[in-house]
Amino acid sequence: MQLFVDSAVEGWLLLSSGAVDVWTIVVTSVRVSGAATAISLLAGIPLGVLLGTRRFHGRRFMLLIANTGMGLPPVVVGLVVAMLLSRRGPLGELGLLYSQGAMVLAQVVIALPLITAVTAVSVSAVPRQLRLQARSLGASRLQEALLVVREARMGVIAAVAAGFGSIISEVGAVMMVGGNIEGDTRVMTTAIVQYTRMGRYGPALALGVTLLLMIAVVNVALLAAQTSAERFETQGRT
Amino acid sequence: MKVHRARWRAMSALLAVALLASFALTGCAAEEPATTTEEPVEVTPLVLASTTSTQDSGLFDVLIPAFTEAYPEFDVKVVAVGTGEALQLGETKDADVLLVHAKADEEQFVADGFGTERRDVMYNDFIIVGPADDPAGIAEAETASEALALIAESGAVFVTRGDDSGTHKKELKLWTDVGVTPEGEWYVSTGQGMGDTLKIASEKAGYTLTDRATYLSMRDALDSEISFEKSDDLLNQYGVIPVTDATNSDGAVAFMEWITSSEGQTVIEEYGVEEFGEPLFIPNAE
Repeated sequence: MQLFVDSAVEGWLLLSSGAVDVWTIVVTSVRVSGAATAISLLAGIPLGVLLGTRRFHGRRFMLLIANTGMGLPPVVVGLVVAMLLSRRGPLGELGLLYSQGAMVLAQVVIALPLITAVTAVSVSAVPRQLRLQARSLGASRLQEALLVVREARMGVIAAVAAGFGSIISEVGAVMMVGGNIEGDTRVMTTAIVQYTRMGRYGPALALGVTLLLMIAVVNVALLAAQTSAERFETQGRT
Repeated sequence: MKVHRARWRAMSALLAVALLASFALTGCAAEEPATTTEEPVEVTPLVLASTTSTQDSGLFDVLIPAFTEAYPEFDVKVVAVGTGEALQLGETKDADVLLVHAKADEEQFVADGFGTERRDVMYNDFIIVGPADDPAGIAEAETASEALALIAESGAVFVTRGDDSGTHKKELKLWTDVGVTPEGEWYVSTGQGMGDTLKIASEKAGYTLTDRATYLSMRDALDSEISFEKSDDLLNQYGVIPVTDATNSDGAVAFMEWITSSEGQTVIEEYGVEEFGEPLFIPNAE
């Protein structure tokens, strides 16, 4: 137990003294995972609505891909993205390997199927009659889709939380395609791995606590959004 | 009190399940050697903490089987980490024996009482690898530190491990020798092992300091070439240290004796000759 106490004290001192540039690391984490979540939402929510509400050829196959994608091992994503972007790979010209762009790409591949699948499930629970009614009242396809997303907002918020949570705490893929470069692609998870390997449990533990706190803050925010959505719902019905 | 008892009961139930499971597993394993007439040897785990660069070189793939052939009673588990963590694992007694390469730190480790003794095992040498066109012109340098100074002057990318490893410490010493403080856009710190750092240097068309063994074993996957080599300030001495009061101190001592014996030294001397045309490590135990 002494090890934990000593490490916690050492880690706290290092972080507060600024000897470990924790802010750059935290900012990089948020920037990369935030961008990846945003891109995944922009593509995943429309895709999820399409898969959850429309019946078309190839739909079941796409759903299968999204569901399989949820179980995609991040290290495999890391491997494939690294091979694609390597100077010897097909996209080598871009010189993107070991950059923040490569990390965003890998994280989108991880989060997109998750957000798509969770959105599809939650919008498919929206009663079909409601959509038909909206259409008969003259709503366009876009308005209908927006209505469906609003009705399924609890599930969509859960999709955001699942997507962000899965990539901010992921380490294998970002290590492989980012390279943990100081001041550039070093994020909280890769920094934790590095300090642990160096035998410096103090900063590793301090960064771990920071990461946990951040995930907690994001979840509190999403919970608040869900609660206000719930309140809106109950008020709407009375 | 009640809570206490319930928890105790739950824990003992868990323990019983775990025991049963391990019996079942060892039962299966024990059946195989029963077919031979030899007396079964009791195998104890021996944790060897070493560095990622040694692991990446592939040396353990021949060294460990040769050791366990001589000492079948030990099941060697190699933990490959940075020198910093390897020494830490020794301090916390999570490792039984260390094979690392940072002589000053190793001697300090023994002086502090964490290890019983330290013996030289072998050495390899560092090289500086970089882009084929050698933009900083370091091939002309006299010493490794001079080569680094040329890189700093030219502003070419230099990739450092930045992980407190033996290789990183060696690099820092070279910078100190030449009086340059490496910092800036051109100085890229990965905080990772030798293999990953070599890949990053190759992708970024930068220079890096590496041990020859890791570079040779990865050469086919890299675009980097040897830019500077064979100067006195690039030698890398490995030492073996049994941890004081280790869990498996018999194994630790046996490993040290074996690796410094003519038998172990021969294995080291022959490794890599077939594949690379030259030995990767030069044995030099006394």
